[in-house]
Amino acid sequence: MNKPFYYLKQFFVAFLCLGIIGCVSAPAGFLKPSEGYLERRQLQTRQYDTTNEEQIVSAVAGVLQDLGFTLDDSETKLGLVSASKKADATSKGQIAGAVLLDMLSAVGGSYSNNTARCDKSQIIKASVIARPSLDGKKMMVRVTFQRIVWNMSNQISRVETINEPLMYQKFFDSLSKSIFLEAQKI
Amino acid sequence: MRKLRNYFFVLLGLCLVVSLSGCATPASSALGTEESQVQLRSIQTRAFDTTDKKKMMQTVISTMQDLDFVIEKADFTLGSVTGSKFAGYETVTMSVTVRQRGEKQLLVRANAQYGVKSVEDPLTYQDFFTALEKSMFLTAQQVD
Repeated sequence: MNKPFYYLKQFFVAFLCLGIIGCVSAPAGFLKPSEGYLERRQLQTRQYDTTNEEQIVSAVAGVLQDLGFTLDDSETKLGLVSASKKADATSKGQIAGAVLLDMLSAVGGSYSNNTARCDKSQIIKASVIARPSLDGKKMMVRVTFQRIVWNMSNQISRVETINEPLMYQKFFDSLSKSIFLEAQKI
Repeated sequence: MRKLRNYFFVLLGLCLVVSLSGCATPASSALGTEESQVQLRSIQTRAFDTTDKKKMMQTVISTMQDLDFVIEKADFTLGSVTGSKFAGYETVTMSVTVRQRGEKQLLVRANAQYGVKSVEDPLTYQDFFTALEKSMFLTAQQVD
């Protein structure tokens, strides 16, 4: 290979690397509603036939405690309750797969540590807002979940908004029960 | 050939200095912004023709939820709402304050942070206020 060209190539690679790690700026449009936000809104919202805001908020706090969350902050005047919980994030399937891969690469004579990249723990954040509907006859309750997942070597491996319908279903089922229990003063 | 090689190393060194000095972060940058104070306020603030603070705050919250934010804190007296969301691997945190302006208007100010950077791009805030306008059924007015 021609030597000057070799250096030139090295120089460009180094310069590119420097450019990339340089100044990261925020991408445009991250405050625009993403596609399908109306469906998500529907998934996250339920209506309850009551106008008693306080009753709903205390039922919400109760249901969050039922689900093992600790309350972080609340503002009754706005119907907000925010809570979080730490939970186990290990999945047997993921670990089994990683161990198998590690063993295979050990047999093959190379080192790999996929097990360290397995999920270990997570923090789930929830925030619930209760507010009167437009006609003022019902209460709208909306919940959103978010989670941060750590792997076995204690690095953040994933951050995401939770959009699983099942999770929301479960939350609102428990909330209906909680509202019933509070009404019966149990 | 040796001369050529030295030349490349000098060039590389120069580029290093240039690219590193571009992102210098002295301690004073903790309170620094790139835009001027007045300009920043006008980018981040809009006025709405309503005095219903509670409704305004609840609409701000629901707009933020539409944008995938999880609301962490809110205070009615202060009129503040704080939430966070994930955009790729970065965390976006945003706080919005609502306060009275004169007899007939409410001022809404939003400020967002993307990872470790303050967002000072007018278009990004415009996106937020456009979404807020739609849910509030009111027009957001530019404030001088």
